[in-house]
Amino acid sequence: MNGPAPELLRVEDLSVEFGGRLRAVDGVGFTVKAGETLAVVGESGSGKSVTALSLMRLLPEGVGRYASGRVSFDGKDLLDLSPGEMEKLRGQDIAMIFQEPMTSLNPILTIGFQIMEPLRIHLGLTGAQARARAVELLGLVGISDAERRLDQYPHQFSGGMRQRVMIAIGLACDPKLIIADEPTTALDVTIQAQILELMKDLSRRLDIALILITHNLGIVARYADRVAVMYAARIVESGTAEAVFARPRHPYTMGLLRSVPRLDRARQTRLATIEGLPPDLANAPSGCRFAPRCPFAIASCAEPPHLSETDTGGLSACHRWEEIAAGTIREVPAEPAPARLLAADGPKEIMRLEKLSKTFEVGRGIGRKPGIVRAVEQVSLSVGEGETLGLVGESGCGKSTLGRLILGLEEPTSGTIAFEGKDITAAPPAERRRLRRDIQVIFQDPFSSLNPRMTVGSIVEEPLKVYGLRKGARARGERVRELLDQVGLRADMAERYPHQLSGGQRQRVGIARALAMEPRFIVCDEAVSALDVSIQGQIINLLERLQAELGLTFLFIAHDLAVVRHISTRVAVMYLGRVMEIADRDAIYAEPLHPYTKVLLDAAPVPDPEIEKTRAPRIVNGDLPSPLSPPPGCVFHTRCPIATEECRGIIPEPREIRPGHFAACIKVEAQP
Amino acid sequence: MTGYIARRLLMMIPTLLGVAILTFFMLRVVPGDVVQVKLMADGGMVSPEAIEAERVRLGLDHSLTVQFLDWMRGIFTLDFGNSMWTGRPVAAEIASRFLVTFQAALMATIIAVFIAVPLGTVSALYRGTVLDYVVRVITIGGLALPSFWIGMLVLLCLLRYAHWLPPISYISPTEDPWGNFTQMIWPSMVVGYRFSAVLARLIRSSLLDVLNEDYIRTARAKGVPARTVIWLHALKNALLPAVTVVGLEFAFLIGGLVVTEQVFNLNGVGKLFIQAVEHHDFTMIQGLVMMFAVIYVLANLIVDLIYAAIDPRIRYR
Ligand SMILES: Nc1ncnc2c1ncn2[C@@H]1O[C@H](COP(=O)(O)OP(=O)(O)OP(=O)(O)O)[C@@H](O)[C@H]1O
Ligand code: SF4
Ligand code: SF4
Ligand SMILES: [Mg+2]
Repeated sequence: MNGPAPELLRVEDLSVEFGGRLRAVDGVGFTVKAGETLAVVGESGSGKSVTALSLMRLLPEGVGRYASGRVSFDGKDLLDLSPGEMEKLRGQDIAMIFQEPMTSLNPILTIGFQIMEPLRIHLGLTGAQARARAVELLGLVGISDAERRLDQYPHQFSGGMRQRVMIAIGLACDPKLIIADEPTTALDVTIQAQILELMKDLSRRLDIALILITHNLGIVARYADRVAVMYAARIVESGTAEAVFARPRHPYTMGLLRSVPRLDRARQTRLATIEGLPPDLANAPSGCRFAPRCPFAIASCAEPPHLSETDTGGLSACHRWEEIAAGTIREVPAEPAPARLLAADGPKEIMRLEKLSKTFEVGRGIGRKPGIVRAVEQVSLSVGEGETLGLVGESGCGKSTLGRLILGLEEPTSGTIAFEGKDITAAPPAERRRLRRDIQVIFQDPFSSLNPRMTVGSIVEEPLKVYGLRKGARARGERVRELLDQVGLRADMAERYPHQLSGGQRQRVGIARALAMEPRFIVCDEAVSALDVSIQGQIINLLERLQAELGLTFLFIAHDLAVVRHISTRVAVMYLGRVMEIADRDAIYAEPLHPYTKVLLDAAPVPDPEIEKTRAPRIVNGDLPSPLSPPPGCVFHTRCPIATEECRGIIPEPREIRPGHFAACIKVEAQP
Repeated sequence: MTGYIARRLLMMIPTLLGVAILTFFMLRVVPGDVVQVKLMADGGMVSPEAIEAERVRLGLDHSLTVQFLDWMRGIFTLDFGNSMWTGRPVAAEIASRFLVTFQAALMATIIAVFIAVPLGTVSALYRGTVLDYVVRVITIGGLALPSFWIGMLVLLCLLRYAHWLPPISYISPTEDPWGNFTQMIWPSMVVGYRFSAVLARLIRSSLLDVLNEDYIRTARAKGVPARTVIWLHALKNALLPAVTVVGLEFAFLIGGLVVTEQVFNLNGVGKLFIQAVEHHDFTMIQGLVMMFAVIYVLANLIVDLIYAAIDPRIRYR
């Protein structure tokens, strides 16, 4: 593009209130130029979605209210338009894509109808014309066999394909602006990369401006031209992506950037974290809202800071940005990572899985043949005492089933699980009961795994009672306080109920409950996945500290490759029930051998625009095959960039390519 | 689809068999039988021989198993036996009353749907406003006021102001359509009102749920006019749960119109049922229960078919 692009959208002093009290968006302002991509980042509840919905005038009726603001779009003031005029604009000039592809399409209308609807409403196209355009649109978003697909219903599409359909709907009338609210948060990382590449490509080719709402800093770095950072309903910093990532001028942005685990860097230190929690919007501090968590807060921070232009050309809402720019105030460097209790000659083996398989029958019914899902296929691996084995893979690859097998929540179909040399699948009941104590779990969703009618204290106390670990109420109370202290909860939290806690605090309760059993092995199943970046860092640090103090062994199941890189000592990659690659953490990230590991690592963006600019990510095509009918031969061959005919006929066994580095691929050559 | 329907119909057989066994033996648990009622009702002394003779005539002297097998054999040839009270074939007795009840249930259902859909929709769309409140009063009235009482009220008003009395016998719709209509409309409205109250509340809550769905937000974001969003995107989804209730409630009405039939002097199956119970007329009760069961199962099947027609996620399997 030549010269400065014209301004397309200008938002000024936008405030939205819910229930007349809670300001979910407070004095937000930004601009978007034609054809550019603005990313809006911030933690959960910071007001990103409400901002997006309010631009579209889609706030829930009767609940949300505009308290102030102007939204000029293409010469019109959107807040002054009549509902009818606004309807004409929506879907025609501004389109919106939402987070949940599974629920964002009407289940009882055909895909074709839903794509053609805006064409008919806004452009007045009739049947055949609209259909021809719909076919064209599906082609544009990479859905083949479009003619036939138009007559299908949403449930016949995978999540990634539905999001493509949403994009097709958005593109239908050649909009000038697309607002995408977390468009890939619900999708697997390889599909996320496909969708975002597609959106970026289309926005460039068709000159569409994009507002990309996300909490993933890697996505911002890879795709955004400019960034606005939201904190507690306000924008605290904005600027070009390069400037904000390289030279942040607000302590919150600085903290965020430091607290994300990095995929591209070996870990040396504990994660830096932003301590504390975001404020409750209903009674937020009157001055700088970040002050209670800010390491640089001073007396004058009780006055609300305004956005002012900084040396980088961006805006920052911090009284001390000049000192930050001058480097006169600095963050304390992160503490070194706690030493691990690993023996010098490699850890002693604590757990060993041998050819472990688990199949499920699904869709059983009168006169119906059940399908077989091979959730876990022939998995063999070993875990050393005191280490953290990271287990990564996309949804449905069998990670959680493997965890459940180890926990004894599922019976294996075949194979053995040995804990300290004893096969626990064949152990007598009494023995199993004891093992149950030794192997504990921390789940992803702390809320649904805690009984809402029990206080935190009784939740943590329960296992003590059930297993008779402490006799007498006094001893148990003592132990509960000790456990709460260990996971960083104040003793008075024992009186609270789960709904009175934040997500991070609930996760701490889950950890305390697991620790109550004095386990030796903990399965962490997506234990930090539901948490915001700053809270996630706190929990990761807690887990690492506990591991060092108590000599715990972790099986850390996650889909976030960066988190796994930070916390693990070794990493196993799973795909459709099978282990594709296992190696030491640094080896697998620095030199992945298996083609699947390579595309997985490429798909995940790194929070650094400089690096992202130089990367040309390989994007895998296609969807994950259904685990009901996995491809024959190498299960990855349908998506593998280097697959050949041979791969269809052979099920590759994991081979030790280098010492301690296993890969299940026939194309990987043994290396010295 | 025909294969699916055939399979469903076949699956009716075990269900109905179960119902048959259950009713047959449950009836026999209750002390007393038709002979006692019939002969003692006159008040006079009846000789034990006469009672025994009557028992033999009705086959009540056989063992339970034999009686049951007899009855079963009849069912498989669609012969439900004769009424123990009147001696006429059960099937014929039911058939002569069925049409009245069926018509009343059908009309009540139609009326209910026509009242409930707009009421439910309006109260959902104008939630928390006066309109919603008015609808709430109407529906709570329908739920709280017993329908026999409303029925009597309606009847008294008709008598007082229109000098209308319910006709003695059923007027066939083919012979005198207007006469039939005036006869059936009042009971149908009384029943339909209560039915609509249940339905309207269901539709209200279901529509409120649907309006919160992500796909409604998508439709609005596409610029679909507000009215189309409701008619096309929301209502169809919201009515899905109502289909089940309509089907089951309709089936229930076939057996459940007892009181209304009494009030409006309709000679329907409800009345027949009461009489059969009073008389300990086992064969008649068995026949009626079997008919109710068939209607329930058929109503269920029709509900499932409608569901599958509206909702593409449901496949015939
Ligand atoms: N319909 C509503 N009624 C009342 N409060 C609401 C409503 N919708 C959102 N809020 C509140 O507005 C604030 C901002 O919410 P918003 O959904 O914009 O956050 P977000 O930044 O999009 O978070 P996330 O990352 O979780 O999507 C929150 O405190 C939320 O509780
Ligand atoms: S204004 Fe003060 S409290 Fe707020 S971010 Fe800046 S230094 Fe921290
Ligand atoms: S075996 Fe073939 S298909 Fe499988 S990963 Fe290796 S190259 Fe790809
Ligand atoms: Mg959101």
